[in-house]
Amino acid sequence: MASKTRDNLVYALVWLACFAPIPWLGWNLFNGDLGANPIEALIRQLGVWGLRFILISLAITPAARILRMPRLIRFRRTVGLFAFAYVLLHWTSYIGLDQIFDWGAIGKDILKRPFITIGMTAFVLLIPLAITSTNAAIRKLGPVRWRRLHRLIYVIAPLGVLHYYMLVKADHRPPLIYAAFLAVLLGWRIWDWARKANRKT
Amino acid sequence: MLIRNAGDLTENDVTPEPIYRRRREFMTGIAATGILAACSAPTEAAAAPLKAAPWPYSTPEPKTSFKDITSYNNFYEFGVDKDDPARNAGGLKTRPWTVKVDGHCAKPGTYNLEDVLKGHALQERIYRLRCVEGWSMVIPWIGIPLADILKRYQPTAKAKFVAFETLNRPSEMPGQRRAVLEWPYREGLRLDEAMHPLTLMAVGLYGQTLLNQNGAPMRLVVPWKYGFKSIKSIVRISFTETQPRTAWQVSAPQEYGFYSNVNPTVDHPRWSQATERRIGEFKRRKTLMFNGYNSVASLYRGMDLKKFY
Repeated sequence: MASKTRDNLVYALVWLACFAPIPWLGWNLFNGDLGANPIEALIRQLGVWGLRFILISLAITPAARILRMPRLIRFRRTVGLFAFAYVLLHWTSYIGLDQIFDWGAIGKDILKRPFITIGMTAFVLLIPLAITSTNAAIRKLGPVRWRRLHRLIYVIAPLGVLHYYMLVKADHRPPLIYAAFLAVLLGWRIWDWARKANRKT
Repeated sequence: MLIRNAGDLTENDVTPEPIYRRRREFMTGIAATGILAACSAPTEAAAAPLKAAPWPYSTPEPKTSFKDITSYNNFYEFGVDKDDPARNAGGLKTRPWTVKVDGHCAKPGTYNLEDVLKGHALQERIYRLRCVEGWSMVIPWIGIPLADILKRYQPTAKAKFVAFETLNRPSEMPGQRRAVLEWPYREGLRLDEAMHPLTLMAVGLYGQTLLNQNGAPMRLVVPWKYGFKSIKSIVRISFTETQPRTAWQVSAPQEYGFYSNVNPTVDHPRWSQATERRIGEFKRRKTLMFNGYNSVASLYRGMDLKKFY
């Protein structure tokens, strides 16, 4: 019982940590701390948080294995869903605040601007992952198909980083930091797969 | 207050030549004494009040707030984020300040800022500023028509372009410690663009000398071109025969051309230029050809502006 209480407490803390950027952004917006162009700043911040949570969700499996703490895996769904929530808010603020539902301009942007095409693709690919994150959906798909579907994240995450890289005008250092983290996280998986494959043969 | 619809702007809204020629009559006899006094003010970073005669062709649109103009800046010498210049520009020493004038002119030399500005009357001109990133401001600049300054150095017949350089001083401009752009920042204009009556050499805004983050002590303002053409903290003016290299053209030639006129029909490769967000407003507004300064159209007669972007 005591360990169950502790579990719930830890889970609540993780949830609060994932949620914290939202009130923080809201507070900054309310106080005018997002600068002279708050809409642009808000969209950027939401996008960056989406990318951060995608990377954190990708770090959970390697962390659980390396630290030999398999129970970390239970946070993966929460972190992944928060990543989707931030990307969804990012997308919604672009559509609703930046373009103010000017669907003609949005359509043109998607077709003509590679960085928006890429961002939009990544967003659309995230939707099935979010939808199939319920216990019922996992049961219905079965673990094999569910896992196969969720490998889409290995496409989505690089698209997200590329989307960030392409919108930067001159200083590419911040998106390259995200790219480096992603390379390590994906590199570990390749190394892990190669190792397992070797063991089988 | 009448807020004119930007779409109503016509050739007539820009200074007619004969009236422009009589501009000195509008002056109240204020020479550049204000800026000279400001230059010898004791504190470095603080702005000093500056007197200037109002220019009758200023836009009547509501001005962007002083806070936004001085806290939302692209000045990569102090960092690439919008709030970096306001935070990091305090250490720049703008006194003494010398400007090197060279190239095809009769009076090249290295001049003190005071000598560059001496004898010119200051005007307050409220201009729209359109950034290539898709936002805009309305700024009450104080300055001197660039043509008046350039003529004093007597460009020769060989002078076809004017090139400008920003200060290169990494010790006081922390952004220059990394090669985000090629330093020093360079910009340039065709001589006829530089001599156009709308082109301003600004030394102040909102009734006071420029803050460092806005390009103190002296910067260009070319209101019909994207903001990055309006080079800040100028230390060199060169009259050249060939088109000068510019910082953004060197950095990304497929994205930033030499002309960089505000043009809603020519998109930046990565985003549309059809609309802009006026800082302080929520809804995007339509971007105007030449940022609404249609009198400059004659400078580009016969040119394909899609090619010469």
